[in-house]
Amino acid sequence: MLYIPCPHCGLCNETEFHYGAEAGVAYPDPNALTDSEWAKYLHIRANPKGWFAERWVHFAGCGRWFNLWRNTITHEIGLAYLPFTTQPKAPGNTGQEGSRA
Amino acid sequence: MTNTPDTLPPGKIGRRKAAMLPEQPPQLWRSVKARKSYDVIIVGGGGHGLATAYYLAKNHGLSNIAVLEKGWLAGGNTARNTTIIRSNYLWDESAAIYEHSLKLWETLEEDLGYEMFFSQRGVLTLAHSVSDVRSKRRSFYANALNGIDCEWLTPAEVKKLVPIINISEDVRYPVHGATYQPRGGIAKHDWVAWGYAKAASDLGVDIIQGTEVTGFNIQNHKVQGVQTSQGDIAAGKVALVAAGHSSILANLAGFSIPIQSRPLQALVSPLYEQVLNTVVMSGAVHVYVSQAHKGELVMGAGTDAFNSYAQRGSFHVIEHQLAAALELFPIFSRAKVLRTWGGIVDIAPDASPIIGLTPVENLFINTGWGTGGFKATPGSGWLMAHTIAHGSPHELNRPFALDRFITGHLIDEHGAAGVAH
Ligand SMILES: Cc1cc2nc3c(=O)[nH]c(=O)nc-3n(C[C@H](O)[C@H](O)[C@H](O)COP(=O)(O)OP(=O)(O)OC[C@H]3O[C@@H](n4cnc5c(N)ncnc54)[C@H](O)[C@@H]3O)c2cc1C
Ligand SMILES: [Zn+2]
Repeated sequence: MLYIPCPHCGLCNETEFHYGAEAGVAYPDPNALTDSEWAKYLHIRANPKGWFAERWVHFAGCGRWFNLWRNTITHEIGLAYLPFTTQPKAPGNTGQEGSRA
Repeated sequence: MTNTPDTLPPGKIGRRKAAMLPEQPPQLWRSVKARKSYDVIIVGGGGHGLATAYYLAKNHGLSNIAVLEKGWLAGGNTARNTTIIRSNYLWDESAAIYEHSLKLWETLEEDLGYEMFFSQRGVLTLAHSVSDVRSKRRSFYANALNGIDCEWLTPAEVKKLVPIINISEDVRYPVHGATYQPRGGIAKHDWVAWGYAKAASDLGVDIIQGTEVTGFNIQNHKVQGVQTSQGDIAAGKVALVAAGHSSILANLAGFSIPIQSRPLQALVSPLYEQVLNTVVMSGAVHVYVSQAHKGELVMGAGTDAFNSYAQRGSFHVIEHQLAAALELFPIFSRAKVLRTWGGIVDIAPDASPIIGLTPVENLFINTGWGTGGFKATPGSGWLMAHTIAHGSPHELNRPFALDRFITGHLIDEHGAAGVAH
C-alpha cells in the first residue's frame, strides 16, 4: 500500500485515491489536429521506468485532483503539487524524467 | 505437503495422484554467444518471442535468428501467469485470433515433441449481477455465432460442475449464472517456454540470455541492428516482443505506443487433494482459480491501479481478491498462501494486443497482451512470424495494427472488468 501525500489532507492510504496516469497533458483544440495528432492526445501517455509525474484524485477525502512525482521502479514518493502550477524538478536522477509537460 | 486436519479435506471430485513430471533432456537449448549479425533479432525471450522464433524457422524456413533476453528465459510474464487458456472473446477479431491460438494448443505437444501439461478442463466465467448476466449472455451468443464452443449454465449447473462453490443468494457476489468453454483449460507455463526454446534451438535459432537491448541502429527510417549490453548486433529485421517493457523499447526506436505498464499479481497454495477440476473465473470480483496438476491452488488477482516496473504488487489487492474468493469457496478458508508474486503487464486502451508493423521499416512490434496473453502464446508467435517473414500482417492480426488508434477501429475487450485472463 502506498502512502500518498495529498496536498490538502496529508498522508493517506492509497485505497483512498484513484489514479489518473500522466500529469500535465494539455487539452488541445481538436479541430486543429490531424487524426494522428488526435490519436496521440487521446491514447498515448508517458510510461517511463523511473520518476513519473502522475495524477491522483483523493476521492475518499477532499475529492480533489493533484499531481505527484513517484518512482515506477522503487515506488518511492516524491513531491506532490497542484495542477496548473509550475512542475517541480524530478527528485534525484535515478530514472528518466517522466512528464511531457 | 500432504493433507493435514488443518488443510482441505479430500475433494468430492475424486483424488488424483500427483502426476510424476517427465524427465527433462540433459540440454534444452544450445548455449551460444551472439554472432555479429542475424537475419532476424527477436527482443524478449518470453513465450511469445520464443514461439515467434520457432515459427519463423519452422513455417518460413529462416534459421539465422537470435532471441535476446535481458534476464533469463521466461522470467517475465510467461512464467508468472495463472495459465488460463480460452478463446471465448466477444468481438469477431478477438474470437478469431484467440481461437486460432487455441487450435494450435490442441496439437502443440505433438508438434514440439514436448509435454506441457495442456489440460482442457474447461473454463467457467461467473456472472454476479443483472448487468453481468447480460454482458456474459451477449458474449455467449457472440461465441455461438463465431462457432466457438460455449454453454450457458444456471447456478445449479455451476454447482454440479464445481461442488465446492457457494451459490447462496445471501452473499455480496451471488452466482447468477456462468458461461462455460469446455475446450478451455491450463498448461504448465515454464514448460511451454522450454518446449518452444528447445524446438527453436533444434532448428538453429540462437537463444541468448543476459543480453539487454539498449538502443537501435536506424538509418533512413530503416532498422539496421540493435545495441545491447554485450555490444552491437546487426539485423535485417527486428521484432520487439517485450510485454511490460515495450514502451521503453519503442521510445528508444523513436516512436511511442499506447501502452501503460502495471503490476498484476498471482498466488499459489501448498499442494492439496483435488477439489476443483475446472477453471473458475470471476472478472467482477477478480478471482481466477484453478488447481494445478500436482494440487496447488493457483489464483490470479487484479492489477494495481498505478504504473510500475517493480514486478511486485500491493498487498491490499490480494486481500481484496481473497475476501471475494473465500465467499465463493468457503472451503478455501482453511487453505494457506504459499507464495505471491507479480508481473508487469502491458495494457492497451482497448485491452487488445498490438501486433504488426511500426513507423520504422523492418522493425515489428508485438505487445498489449496485458493480463491475458499466455493463452495466445502459440497464435501470437505464429502470426508474428508471418508478419516478419512477409513484411505485412496475416489477415488474423491485420485488425490488431498500431494504426487502429488513429483510424478508431478499436477492439474493446474490457468487458465487465479491466482484467481478463
Ligand atoms: C500474474 C499474472 C497472471 C496472468 N494470468 C494469465 C492467464 O491466466 N492467462 C493468460 O492468457 N495470460 C495471463 N497473463 C498474461 C500473460 O502472462 C502475458 O500476456 C504473456 O505471458 C506475455 O508473454 P510475452 O512473451 O509477450 O512476455 P514476457 O514473458 O514478459 O516476455 C518479455 C521478455 O522481454 C524481456 N525484455 C524486456 N526488455 C528487454 C530488453 N530491453 N532487452 C532484452 N529483453 C527484454 C523480458 O525480460 C521478458 O522476459 C498473466 C500475467 C500475470 C503477470
Ligand atoms: Zn485530500
